[in-house]
Amino acid sequence: MLSAATYGENGKMKEYHYSGPVEHRFSPYTFNGGTVLAVAGEDFAIVASDTRLSEGYSIHSRDSPKCYKLTDRTVIGCSGFHGDCLTLTKIIDARLKMYKHSNNKTMTSGAIAAMLSTILYSRRFFPYYVYNIIGGLDEEGRGAVYSFDPVGSYQRDTYKAGGSASAMLQPLLDNQIGFKNMENVEHLPLSQEKAVQLVKDVFISAAERDVYTGDALRICIVTKDGIKEETVPLRKD
Amino acid sequence: MASLSVCQPQCGGFSFENSKRNALLEAEFTKLGHSLPAARKTGTTICGVVFKDGVVLGADTRATEGMIVADKNCSKIHYISPNIYCCGAGTAADTEMTTQIISSNLELHALSTGRPSRVATANRMLKQMLFRYQGYIGAALVLGGVDSAGPHLYSIYPHGSTDKLPYVTMGSGSLAAMAVFEDRYKQDMEEGEAKQLVRDAIAAGIFNDLGSGSNIDLCVITKNNIDYIRPHDEANKKGVRSGSYKYKRGTTGVLTKNIIPLDLELVEEVVQTMDTS
Repeated sequence: MLSAATYGENGKMKEYHYSGPVEHRFSPYTFNGGTVLAVAGEDFAIVASDTRLSEGYSIHSRDSPKCYKLTDRTVIGCSGFHGDCLTLTKIIDARLKMYKHSNNKTMTSGAIAAMLSTILYSRRFFPYYVYNIIGGLDEEGRGAVYSFDPVGSYQRDTYKAGGSASAMLQPLLDNQIGFKNMENVEHLPLSQEKAVQLVKDVFISAAERDVYTGDALRICIVTKDGIKEETVPLRKD
Repeated sequence: MASLSVCQPQCGGFSFENSKRNALLEAEFTKLGHSLPAARKTGTTICGVVFKDGVVLGADTRATEGMIVADKNCSKIHYISPNIYCCGAGTAADTEMTTQIISSNLELHALSTGRPSRVATANRMLKQMLFRYQGYIGAALVLGGVDSAGPHLYSIYPHGSTDKLPYVTMGSGSLAAMAVFEDRYKQDMEEGEAKQLVRDAIAAGIFNDLGSGSNIDLCVITKNNIDYIRPHDEANKKGVRSGSYKYKRGTTGVLTKNIIPLDLELVEEVVQTMDTS
């Protein structure tokens, strides 16, 4: 059915002619949703992410975890634009192999973090649209978390949330792990069981209010004995 | 000396006195990189189906503000008259106020005619109001009811066009719901079958559309009976938290304490529970 716009006022069809330059826009980025979270303990580190991949109002996949295993002692969580997440993790894997072959040892978590910063900054003027959080063990066997922005600024943290529900999770972690805004509370060190429990509860709350977070939660627990994975169902609506 | 007209009596309708200021503010804000607060939209999946003895209306219960859930259990099926109900998608305030205005006018009309209202009347009133506002009232409605001429179902778009059909869906989840209807709709279904079909259509919207979620509300309208079932199906329950996050007394530091006794007598006590899960 032809729309009324093709007909002029006298009933005849409008003439087609060049009316001047028209700006068309193509965006190379899209937002695929997802939330990642990392917590560092005394001798462990936890990296958790939801598994929903979305675009606009639709869901692409309910089983697309955002944690990627890099080495036996390091896991990275990437959320944002899925295309860039995939390419970035491929590049990191390649660089890890190159380092292993030239230096005859596995990269440490701190070294991976420093390298990722330079990889991200090399694309300063056409960035990787990815929010990264690295979780792993440092050389002394203590838990380490490194959080990044899309162009490579990073710092070492005790805990960090990134991705679509990060603004909801971060204040809760500040209160429960950092004991912020609380008085007369004993500053007990975080045990592994309590940390896993906290991560699950915090994602349950995020799935309630953020439409991009849900389906399932993938938790990777890094200890000196290796990496253990756990999957927990979340709301599917 | 020229006389000044002071206060003008408050007349009903929209007030456009802030529109120029808002336009200026919006230009300034976008220059600084922020955006103005958006009106709350309901995301939504709503649908309706005509069956043998009447109509079944269905709706989800999630209201979103951008991509954050503002209300996990809002009511989207609105009362128009004892035999007519209306589901609303689009801007939440618009659907709420529009249905209330038409409900009020329809009651007066029914008293004037001395007859129970007809669905076609409600449809006319809604479409004429929405067309008058040229689409600025963002209300997409599914209107259904049973009157002296039988069961009727209409879908009404924000610009004022309407469709009279045996099955309709609206909202961001309308495609998911319509897929279910196109697969399984039959003429002259039984009530149980129709309820199950609407429930499944809304569920498709809830699980496949990010703008819809939580529970399924149903409204079954027949000649002599209304069943307003809220919720018909709690399709999504909140996950159970394993930790306890209660704070002990003294966690928030008390700086000073000042108690002033007031001499009052208790007249009425009303308890309204809130969701503390």
